[in-house]
Amino acid sequence: MSATTASPASATTASSARRVQVGAWAGWGAAATAVWATAAGITQWWPNHNVLLAYTGTIVAISVGIAAAIAVGTVAGARVRPVADWIAWAGPWLVVTGIWAAGWQILTAKTGELAPPYWAPPQAFVNTWHEDGSLLLDSTWHSLRLLAIGYSIGATIGFFMGVAMGWSQRVNYWLHPILRTLGPIPPAALVPIFFVILPTITSASILLVAMAAWFPVTMLTYSGVSVVSRSYYDVALTLGARPRFLVWRVAVPAALPSVFVGLFMGLGMTFITLVIAEMLGAKNGLGWYIQWQQRWSAYPKMYTAILVMVVLFSGLITLLFRTRGRVLSWQKELVRW
Amino acid sequence: MSAIAVERVSHGYGALEVLDDVTLRAEAGELVAILGPSGCGKSTLLRLLAGLETPGAGTVAVDGARVDGPSPERALVFQDPTLFPWRTVRQNVAIGPQALGRLKESAGAIDEAIRLVGLDGFADARPQQLSGGMAQRAALARALVNRPSLLLLDEPLGRLDALTRLSMQRELLRLWQDGGFTALLVTHDVDEALVLADRVVVMSPRPARILADIRVDAERPRAHDDPRLTELRRSILGLLGFDEAVVGRGATAAG
Repeated sequence: MSATTASPASATTASSARRVQVGAWAGWGAAATAVWATAAGITQWWPNHNVLLAYTGTIVAISVGIAAAIAVGTVAGARVRPVADWIAWAGPWLVVTGIWAAGWQILTAKTGELAPPYWAPPQAFVNTWHEDGSLLLDSTWHSLRLLAIGYSIGATIGFFMGVAMGWSQRVNYWLHPILRTLGPIPPAALVPIFFVILPTITSASILLVAMAAWFPVTMLTYSGVSVVSRSYYDVALTLGARPRFLVWRVAVPAALPSVFVGLFMGLGMTFITLVIAEMLGAKNGLGWYIQWQQRWSAYPKMYTAILVMVVLFSGLITLLFRTRGRVLSWQKELVRW
Repeated sequence: MSAIAVERVSHGYGALEVLDDVTLRAEAGELVAILGPSGCGKSTLLRLLAGLETPGAGTVAVDGARVDGPSPERALVFQDPTLFPWRTVRQNVAIGPQALGRLKESAGAIDEAIRLVGLDGFADARPQQLSGGMAQRAALARALVNRPSLLLLDEPLGRLDALTRLSMQRELLRLWQDGGFTALLVTHDVDEALVLADRVVVMSPRPARILADIRVDAERPRAHDDPRLTELRRSILGLLGFDEAVVGRGATAAG
């Protein structure tokens, strides 16, 4: 907007501001390329402490690939503005992660300073992938499926229960004590009981995960609906609204910010409960995988499973926040993920 | 048959007596202003007329029918625009038709209401992007889209700055003159009441009784410094307990 009306003076300021940023982009790009290339060189030419360690070449290739990608991006940044902006923004992290990768390589594979079985070089992750890749994928799939089914059931029941409790005094009278009794029970405490009294391990796991999501979603939907401003209802009533309209077009939209907080908290509880259920009873899933590998003291494999969890769970939270950003675009100052 | 017939209404909240034996009538198409000290029960009177509350004693009737609940025939505009923040201006104006299940047929009426308050071009804006005056215009459009026969205005300009208020007063007058509805305007601004209304009803502090019902005969548009209004202002402020010596300044400060 200001660009169209800019005076010569402000135009100069704008272009010099840009030059500063351009310098930042080229500098960070070059530095990050150098750091990652150095990490690749160390991995390649510094002999491994343990001569039997495999997949060093793969790590070299990955490091070279990252260095090359940053280099290409830095050169392309001269023409493509968004790429330059991204490198200027991510530059410090690219440098730090490069240094960290090199340090990790030196302390584990090269010097053996941090020794197995508890410590693992980057090569170990590639090794896990080669040895156990399909089992890990299968475990991930089982975890994801359990999570999806349990969370959907718990969140759906929680949402409708919360709306009903926030809306109707009579429903609230009957459901509130139940919420106050069952809600605070950590689902993990029910694992030993559910696994015995429910017909299958799967159904028990689903119920536990559903309970984990149910409580926060119910609680925050309920409180969201009950604090909706009286004047919103008054406006709608004088415009001819009936109860259905008041619930679904006034109460629920107004409560949505709170509902999303509940969905987020429920998701976190779900992760915890899922992993505990898998560790204690299930015969598959990421929690089970970690438990199983522990018997063989296969720490690198456990780390790999945890890495998969990081990607999976962080991705799910990102998905939830994206959805919230879209649904609540009217709300200002949303916390970012 | 009066458009508004409030007969001997008393009303309260628990031990708090708010209205005490209030009787008020208005003819169809009249614009009546209600003046009174803050918290005297003016808003309660409007809520009773809107059907949001039922009187403790007495009867409230609009167009000959006893009020027993809210109706789209009687629209209420609050001091706060209370636009739904998750809806655009157009979607806010559409609440009425949507609530009545007439959203599709009313597309034209919705656009017309937005145009009438001068918000064309802002139909897709979010409430938080609007200035106070624009938000109140949107609230007016929302109230008018159902073509109510009675418009209840609860200090609709109370939160606006002085200049915006002057232009919104003109706007209100134009909407009322074109719209053909009965209007009841609660305000604590004596000037606003005198410039806009056919009649000014003055209420006492809580529990509110009607102190005076004053007809304003000057033709519109009225200037704020019209000498006939000055005379009326003097007597109204007297009723509200202001000493004559400070009337000149008190009148503007009261806004």
